[in-house]
Amino acid sequence: MDIQRETETLSKVPLFSKLEQSKLKLLAFTSELQTYSDGEVVVNEGDAADCAFVIMEGQADIYANTESGEVVVGTLMANQLLGELGVLTNAPRAATIRANGKVIMLRIGGEMFLRLLAENPSVALDVMRQLSGKLVLAHRQNEELQDRLHQLTGS
Amino acid sequence: MQSTIFRFILKFSRREQILLLIFTALSFPFLYMSLDLPKTIINQAIGGQDFPRTVLGYEFEQIPFLLLLCSLFLSLVLVNGGFKYFINVYRGVVGERMLRRLRYQLFARMLRFPQPQFRKTSQGEMVSMITAETELLGGFIGDSIALPAFQGGTLLTIITFMMIQDWVLGLAAIFLYPVQAYLIPKLQRRVNQLRKQRTLKVRKLSERIGEVVVGIREVHANDTSQYELADFSERAGEIYQLRYKAYVMKFLIKFINNFLAQITPFFFYSIGGYLVIKGELSFGALVAVLAAYKDMSDPWKELLNYYQNMEDCRVKYELLAETFQPPGMLPENMLSADVVDDRPLLGELVAANVDLSEEDEVEGLFAGNLSMRLPLPQSVALVGEHGSGRERFASVITGIFRPRAGSVSINDVDVTQAPEAVTGRRTSYVGQQPSLRSGSLKDNLYYCLMHRPVTPKEYDEEEGKEIERKRHEAQLSGNSDADLAADWIDYQAIGVGDPDGLVERTLQVLNISGMSDDVYQFGLQATLDPQANPELAARVLEARHALKQRLEDPEIGSLVDQFDRDSYNDNLTVAENLMFGTPRDDSLQIDQLADNEYMRRVLEEARLTKPFLQIGRQIAEVMVDLFADVEADSHLFEQFSFISADDLPEFKSLLARTADSDLEQLEESDRRLLLSLPFKLIPARHRLGLVTEELKPRLLEARRIFCKGFEDGPPAVDFFDPENYSRSISIQDNILFGRLVYGMPRAQATIGALIEEVVAKLDLRRPITELGLDYPVGIGGTRLSPAQRQKLAIARSVLKKPDVLVLDEATAILDESAQKSLMGSLFEEFKGRALIWLVHRASLAEQFDSTVLMERGKCVAQGSYAELKEAIPG
Repeated sequence: MDIQRETETLSKVPLFSKLEQSKLKLLAFTSELQTYSDGEVVVNEGDAADCAFVIMEGQADIYANTESGEVVVGTLMANQLLGELGVLTNAPRAATIRANGKVIMLRIGGEMFLRLLAENPSVALDVMRQLSGKLVLAHRQNEELQDRLHQLTGS
Repeated sequence: MQSTIFRFILKFSRREQILLLIFTALSFPFLYMSLDLPKTIINQAIGGQDFPRTVLGYEFEQIPFLLLLCSLFLSLVLVNGGFKYFINVYRGVVGERMLRRLRYQLFARMLRFPQPQFRKTSQGEMVSMITAETELLGGFIGDSIALPAFQGGTLLTIITFMMIQDWVLGLAAIFLYPVQAYLIPKLQRRVNQLRKQRTLKVRKLSERIGEVVVGIREVHANDTSQYELADFSERAGEIYQLRYKAYVMKFLIKFINNFLAQITPFFFYSIGGYLVIKGELSFGALVAVLAAYKDMSDPWKELLNYYQNMEDCRVKYELLAETFQPPGMLPENMLSADVVDDRPLLGELVAANVDLSEEDEVEGLFAGNLSMRLPLPQSVALVGEHGSGRERFASVITGIFRPRAGSVSINDVDVTQAPEAVTGRRTSYVGQQPSLRSGSLKDNLYYCLMHRPVTPKEYDEEEGKEIERKRHEAQLSGNSDADLAADWIDYQAIGVGDPDGLVERTLQVLNISGMSDDVYQFGLQATLDPQANPELAARVLEARHALKQRLEDPEIGSLVDQFDRDSYNDNLTVAENLMFGTPRDDSLQIDQLADNEYMRRVLEEARLTKPFLQIGRQIAEVMVDLFADVEADSHLFEQFSFISADDLPEFKSLLARTADSDLEQLEESDRRLLLSLPFKLIPARHRLGLVTEELKPRLLEARRIFCKGFEDGPPAVDFFDPENYSRSISIQDNILFGRLVYGMPRAQATIGALIEEVVAKLDLRRPITELGLDYPVGIGGTRLSPAQRQKLAIARSVLKKPDVLVLDEATAILDESAQKSLMGSLFEEFKGRALIWLVHRASLAEQFDSTVLMERGKCVAQGSYAELKEAIPG
């Protein structure tokens, strides 16, 4: 893959669809194109978050640690962004992500990612929207769990 | 410390000063003779009669007599010059020795400062005081006695001469001296005050500069550079004002002095003239007095200069003396005394009425004095909140802080009174921010064993003499005469016999502190001179071959792009591909290649110049396109761009200028610019698609030409050779003999593990770790991560083998698992010795034999963690 093709792929990522060609190119050039084999860890829960990823090809699973071991709690598809939360909050990775089959990722350095947000309000807004969605989901899950807890404790 | 500079001079250089005086006095008669002789030559030899003359029983005609007197004159000139030369050199020697002594004294006193003093005196001030402020004094000290004696003597002689000629005129000549003697010191006092203020301001300025250097990150992080500049300007302005005022005064003094000196002749002409007219004074005497008076002005000027200089030095010295005797200084023998009582500190710790407060600290910070009994050896958790005084107490136990009242004894040895030879060897302290010295890891580790020179260094006769001379010189300046090159490491104290044993022990200790892996990694990155250590180089080669076998597995092999003379390596730069090795000198550094004649010739020969120009233009186009909107100070330039922000406009205009022109027709400067770019290309990483498959065979051809060289052979490059160790790449690169393939995140871990395996199999881990001990830690240890610095400090403390180890939240910075394992190994290591730990979380106390709870400077509870659990706040 060369920069030209990567740039084309990037422009298909909804998040970046509104970006100018030259900015996409810079993004591609300053990012690292990585190949992961099946089952390989992309990010590890608890590690420092210094970058975000865009899936260029393939898919990856999100794992959560529970008492009964690791379970898949979600799957990320091509053109999706991942790991952005850690970069924004500067907190350690919240979950482990593994490649499901061969995956090609574009690794965007934390600094570059923040720069992208700062310079492009449309991208920032999109990221915000995605994050809000995640927040709503988490909130709803939390409420459900609370309800079940109440039922179980019988109060 | 002597209270004034003259006391200091007389105490330490009386003999030398007297010698200088004697020589000055001895030089007078010769000086006089050389002034007198010309008269004799003219009057007697040239203008004289009655030849031959008898000198020392020999008879001389006029010409030989003239030659005799002339050669006498010549020898007098030589003798005078000799005196001057000797006196000047000796004066310099005396001055420099005294300067050395003063600096040494100041430094030695600084070592004895009580701890709180360092909160009041900054590093910058210290540096400025010991180096800059003393500088002036050295020059003065050599002059201090001899110069006023010489010039004063000259002056007195002239005055006496005048008095003899005519006492009235003599009086007239010195008539204004009392006025000068009254006025000048008065003005000088004002100058002194200004000088004093200025010195203090300069110290503050040094302090500020020091602080900015230390806090440079804060300056950048808070955008305060403009504020700092204004602050600097303000201070520099104040210093300017003080200097300006001092100048005005100083030259006013000179002016008054000159003026008074000039009006004296007025009296000569009026009074002297009157006396001559009245016939009471001969005309000749007036002329002689006038001539003599002219001679007076020089010594007088010299004396005035001396006076001003002396006052300046006096003020400087007094300021130094003031600063360098703070109250509560440690007695000298605390630092210098050797161990008398060699009892181990392995009995009960008894603290009695220890006052943990510091001089001029707010009253009532602590509720009272500390008393406790603590059976040792055991492991003790010291628990207490900020302000409980536990850090202070920890410093007391380890002899760092000497309390104003009370005592702490361990096994009946009072550590508050014991010399540092006891506390500094039998106890050890690790704080949260250990300080390291620039030097290697090894230097830092062994620092804790460098108490006294242990084994003198062996010297041959020649060197021995040189060392003896150095030692003698040091003694003359009252400096330490210990030989820095001797072996200072106290092997015995830690129970090892020799340097090998020490390395063995050091590796163990690094294991305890959890730093082995870090040091091993440093070792992997180290380079090795195969000539100095052929055996290790051979073993590394063996590892290379072993790894190569493993890389035959295609799964693993795909992660490494191995060095192969006959194939192009996409994971190396184009430059590395062409040279296929690492250059030994700067002319082949990647930025210089376009200017390098040899490389240009290789390109020409391989018919690559044109393709390179094309690629260069393409790269320039991409870079100009990509980085046009990036601000010049962005890190992106540094990290990613082939063209620096400064050069970008130049390339932009080049592209515009030459858009339609033939690349071959470009001017040399433009060609160079374009040619400089392709060398930096790493095809796998940059993915620009510029190094095409068709181009690769030609690049390989260029490689062959480069390696073979022309008539003069190839340049100084360590070529990659599968059968030879390469000295300019790291051990790891020598083993790998290739590059990790770009964009394979697992390559790092997989190949790292594989190298590890090979290294373990071939027993290379130890020698590699040993090489890692030479890793330079940088100024203040800045090349290490905070966690590594901490682990190094802990390793150092363990290496010292103290009876009592005190850790002040020393592991707080480490991650959970490292902390846990470190704690475990320290407990194990310190079985039978005392481990006192200021835990950063009270719950950690659970694992200790006993717990002590401190509050406001007192011990409030003591017992097992279970017993104390309720009492511990938080």
